[in-house]
Amino acid sequence: MLIDRIEARKNPTKHTLVALVENKPGVLNRVASLMRRRNFNIESLAVGTTEDPTVSRMTIVIDASRTNAALVERNLYKLVNVIDVQDVTNLPTVVRELALIKVRVSDAQHRGEIKQIADMFQSRVVDVAKESVIIEVTGEEQKVDSILNVLQDYGILEVVRTGRIAMTRG
Amino acid sequence: MKLTGAQVIWETIIQQGTNVVFGYPGGAILPTYDALVDYQDRVHHVLVRHEENAALAADAYFRATGKVGVCMATSGPGATNLVTGLANAMMDSSAVVAITGQVASYLVGSDAFQETDVTGVTLPITKHNYLVMDVNDLPQVMAEAFYIARSGRPGPVLVDICKDVQQKMVDYEPITNVQMRGYRAIKPHGRQDIPALLQRAKELIDHARRPVILAGQGIKHGNAHEEFRAFVEKSGIPVATTLLGIGVLSEDHPLNLRMMGMHGEAYVNQAIANADLLIALGMRFDDRVTGNLKTYAKNARVIHVDIDAAEINKNVPADVGIVASVKDVLRELTPMIEKRSYPAWMEQINEWRADTQARDVLNVELPDDMLLAPHVMRAIWEETKGECTICTDVGQHQMWETQYFQHTRKNQLITSGGLGTMGFALPAAIGAKFGRPDDEVWAIAGDGGFQMSIPELATVMQENLDIKIAIINNNFLGMVRQWQELMHNHRYSAVEMWTPDFVKLAQAYGMCGMRATNLKEAREVIRRAREHKGPALIEFVVEKETNVFPMIQPGKSLNEMTRRPIQPAALGGGMEFMKEKAR
Repeated sequence: MLIDRIEARKNPTKHTLVALVENKPGVLNRVASLMRRRNFNIESLAVGTTEDPTVSRMTIVIDASRTNAALVERNLYKLVNVIDVQDVTNLPTVVRELALIKVRVSDAQHRGEIKQIADMFQSRVVDVAKESVIIEVTGEEQKVDSILNVLQDYGILEVVRTGRIAMTRG
Repeated sequence: MKLTGAQVIWETIIQQGTNVVFGYPGGAILPTYDALVDYQDRVHHVLVRHEENAALAADAYFRATGKVGVCMATSGPGATNLVTGLANAMMDSSAVVAITGQVASYLVGSDAFQETDVTGVTLPITKHNYLVMDVNDLPQVMAEAFYIARSGRPGPVLVDICKDVQQKMVDYEPITNVQMRGYRAIKPHGRQDIPALLQRAKELIDHARRPVILAGQGIKHGNAHEEFRAFVEKSGIPVATTLLGIGVLSEDHPLNLRMMGMHGEAYVNQAIANADLLIALGMRFDDRVTGNLKTYAKNARVIHVDIDAAEINKNVPADVGIVASVKDVLRELTPMIEKRSYPAWMEQINEWRADTQARDVLNVELPDDMLLAPHVMRAIWEETKGECTICTDVGQHQMWETQYFQHTRKNQLITSGGLGTMGFALPAAIGAKFGRPDDEVWAIAGDGGFQMSIPELATVMQENLDIKIAIINNNFLGMVRQWQELMHNHRYSAVEMWTPDFVKLAQAYGMCGMRATNLKEAREVIRRAREHKGPALIEFVVEKETNVFPMIQPGKSLNEMTRRPIQPAALGGGMEFMKEKAR
């Protein structure tokens, strides 16, 4: 919780919206179309299934310095397929992002160092090849940013980030 | 009972109380038109000459009746032609259900003949849309479409139905109660403490010294005219209306200041600019209403009531924002407030109003070789005694109509507001006439807009509709020309218009056609058109280069209006300035 508060202080302009939407074809398109049409800027959008197979959950991160988060919230809520929207920015929340990072390894020593770095970030090496390894890291964006920063020196070949997902505590 | 998909479509339309459908057949909607043969005794189908006009007519039918307007088209080009009409209905919140045929479900996505991704195309210009690929979904989807279209803030809903779905059989029971997971007519976000908000609103009203009510179309949609008048009369607060709010309160009501905004009379905008409280009811602070938002009514507190939560705080921040129907709010609020009047404030407004009257174009006594559009509008009003439904197009004539026709009847004016769709007037008059068959219906259009909808003259004749059509012909795209004159240093670009002989054109369609070039003739032809049983078309040949004033130029503030000149006739002077300007 402390980390969450620190994060909120670091990023006062980032708003996280959680939307429950009907799991029907075209709903993601409707949300994306709304964002484009209203000229709303989104930082990330993560979609996935929930405990209810007829409902999908979207986590949307908005840069509120450029976009009025309350307006996004209300316009989202207006969509016929949107069941609920909540701005969880100021609520106690668990926030996570998952990233896969492919790093170049030129020799065994590097491989060892990278393994150590991965351990320090409580992340895992999930693939080892002759000239590269893949690291799986889970955490808040800052943690992912930090490990990316450290690994930069070894040569990052590929990165994929899921975007933020969030769940309120309790 | 077992029905085909096509029969389900017609059954739903009838069940929903709509008895007119504006449409145009084609390949992918053929099964539905085939089924129509058996429903002709219960539904009248109007064959328009272009699908856009089907959507516009359906829009106007809704505005004239409050019943959902229905339009129908085939797949591909038929459906894409609906787009402008749907966008119009979206911007002006009209309940329209558009039914389009789609290629057979097994062909969807294959670029089949006349296949277009219509739900994709219309996604941002509909309140919601559906692609139906399974006939078992159709009864529920049709019921939802009508429910979504008319409930809450009305809007267009498109249902795209695959050809094979129209042909297949399904068990059908009329659906009377629509339950949807994510949709509710009024969807305030978060919890609203309505009594506390009303109390706060009452306090703001109690403390106001220079309040103005901004009345919008939401009052019409909620059928809250009575509650609104009671609120106005008890509160004693003057009313400014939006363009689409015209008709929520008679314009001869002493507290109705009339239309606000870009071409509203100066005193109306002066009142708003100097107000200390704005009570916005069912309106959305469009840029044509506010001008520059940074300077808009700077000293005013704002109470904003709208059924659409996304409108609150969108353009103008509200001190009290209530997401609810105006009717419900006023029923509670009117008994809470004190009966009051604002003599000093009204005196100030009347002072501004007197100045406006001195600048009235009607003060000009026209010579025999000259006709001005404002005089035509006033003549139509006087000859009809205001007892008619008016459908206007978009542009100068539209603004002159608002200024010089006094709207005393409920929902009398039907016009394209938010989208500003040229070519609206004639199809709108067709839709309005079906909605109000006993009413005298006038379509007033400029020569530009009218030329966009000429084909519908054939529809008027085929349906034998008694519509009076007034064309205000200045051989220009007048409003664009005005902007080029005022904002582009008089550099005219693509605004001069050749026009056909409208009288002969009318005759070619078998319609009574007339022309007027001065005020005496104008009155005469209006009289003759009204006496004539059946459709009549009048061309009013007006001065080519006159401007609509007052005008708040785009981005300017309410108090930076370009005013009408003091009228020379009022000063006993000449009228050279009204004549065509030397280039």
